[in-house]
Amino acid sequence: MDPLLTPHVREPRSYTLDFYLRQDGGYQALRKALGMTPDAIIDEVKKSGLRGRGGAGFPTGMKWQFVDRKTDKPRYICCNADESEPGTFKDHVLMERNPHLLLEGCAIGCYAIGAKVAYIYIRGEFLHVQHVLEEAIAEAYAGGYLGRNILGSGFDCDIYLHRGAGAYEAGEETALIESLEGKRAQPRLKPPFPATAGLYGCPTAVNNVETLCNVPLIVARGGEWYAALGPEKNGGPKLFCVSGHVVRPGTFEGTMHTTVRELIYGHAGGIANGRQLKAVIPGGSSVPVLRPDQIDVPASFDGLMKAGTMLGSAGMIVMDDTTCMVWMAENLLHFYRHESCGKCTPCREGGAWLLNMLRKIERGEGRLRDIELLLSVADNIAGKTLCAFGDAAATPVLATIKQFRDEFEAHVREGRCTCPADWRARQPVAAH
Amino acid sequence: MSFHPEMQYETALHKSARRLPPEGEPFTFTPERRQRFEEIATHYPQEQRRSAILYALFLVQEQQGWISANAMRHVAEVIGCTPADVEDVVSYYAMFYRQPVGRYVLQVCRTLSCALRGAERVTEAFSEALGVKVGETDATGTFTLVEVECLGACDRAPVVMVNDGWHECLKPEDAKQLLDDVRARGEAALSGCFHKVEKA
Repeated sequence: MDPLLTPHVREPRSYTLDFYLRQDGGYQALRKALGMTPDAIIDEVKKSGLRGRGGAGFPTGMKWQFVDRKTDKPRYICCNADESEPGTFKDHVLMERNPHLLLEGCAIGCYAIGAKVAYIYIRGEFLHVQHVLEEAIAEAYAGGYLGRNILGSGFDCDIYLHRGAGAYEAGEETALIESLEGKRAQPRLKPPFPATAGLYGCPTAVNNVETLCNVPLIVARGGEWYAALGPEKNGGPKLFCVSGHVVRPGTFEGTMHTTVRELIYGHAGGIANGRQLKAVIPGGSSVPVLRPDQIDVPASFDGLMKAGTMLGSAGMIVMDDTTCMVWMAENLLHFYRHESCGKCTPCREGGAWLLNMLRKIERGEGRLRDIELLLSVADNIAGKTLCAFGDAAATPVLATIKQFRDEFEAHVREGRCTCPADWRARQPVAAH
Repeated sequence: MSFHPEMQYETALHKSARRLPPEGEPFTFTPERRQRFEEIATHYPQEQRRSAILYALFLVQEQQGWISANAMRHVAEVIGCTPADVEDVVSYYAMFYRQPVGRYVLQVCRTLSCALRGAERVTEAFSEALGVKVGETDATGTFTLVEVECLGACDRAPVVMVNDGWHECLKPEDAKQLLDDVRARGEAALSGCFHKVEKA
């Protein structure tokens, strides 16, 4: 499949409006969309089977359909550009190299749900990406693709950038809305869903960058064409990020027929330094880890779910045989502990417990019953929080112990890390 | 923060715990910054000025380097919310500093993909070269060393941010040299975000 989302990312100035108009038939999809009814666009997106690319995989057409269009209140699109899931960097590429595709997607989305304003919530650390987007937005306004009476259609649309300030939880849709409103990025209870009461209490659709980038493709070439690209119910092009112990880390575009093995050994060139694969997390750190005998599965939503994990954000973190699995779980729990918003007791308190216990085991100070305690505490977090962060924090513990329990027991029995590596700190942080 | 007898109190407070920020010098936005704030505030509905609070706080850091209690009160005044609302927000987001920092803040990504490619050793190298522990500023006030979570460029690990600038593929053995380069040339010494493509 020829790249559809990232066809020109290696060429100079591919981020300019000029390039977009010349090379990709830029903004033709918007033109076509403005000649359709909003209902027809939502139908097309539903037909395409487009599933959210942020991690949850919720059908986008359905999400847009749920937006309350009967109310007098203004509606909003919030583009979730807060990419912070460990192992994920696909939105980074899209925004930096193909920003107009995103802007076109936002504009079409606004037209479909009857919104006049879209906010792109971009993580604070992406200032260089923000500058590219600022330029692209200015170009789009100047070219008449944004602003008043777009392409003479009578449709008005404004896109504003909103800079975040370092909070992974701001990637959760209701927490993102809270952050946009100027508060702590803490999630809300759902229902009500953003489709009914979101930003400023108005109907809102929160969509990932990559999801919105797929919309112009669907409008231009039709939902059926899109759905046929890839396995059934897992249609459309997908960006996969591969990082860790591989020869060629990077972002690769393909259909969801592509297997995890193809991504690791094909696109990413296999394991570096002549080592062996030990483990791979296929969808960003919040999904269960896979063993080497489990990688012959398509990297699709359904394929990976059948394999006991998830596609999530498609951030593949590849680990070779110098990687200690207890250390890996500890590294991720440090992330979840730090990023916990603190609202729900199980996540806030339990996350700290999980990290401390993992640290003890890693340093060889653990007891055998700590492993059961880890599982028990993780079980008390997963499914018992306001948002999926709790499940995500429990997953590294539950999945890694399930797949690599012998390594945890070895640490306890031998009173030391049984898989040290020369690329790790010489003086680890103390257990207490 | 946890009161279980077997749970040690942590030395670093979680973002859900409160600590009073230092007062700092009296603070008012420069007219130019106030102007920029008002311009951004027009991106949101009139009654939702609070949406521009993150932008206001970035302006404070641009002007003063960190966010003091005085600055928080000024922002509260400008926006029309309470100082507690501002402190709520400042204490939550990782990019806001509640005490003075060095001229350059070295933010080393420590999450899995960068750690797999030696980020822990990068932090150690910086720590040794500067004679500081993570979270501290060196004696000359030039560098503050912190660890941050996934920066979203995992294919170019290890990644280090210096203030708002980016440096990628930093090997531990090159860490000390980077410090010298930054001392000499500031943020121009950073690799920036990797472009295989010439940036026109």
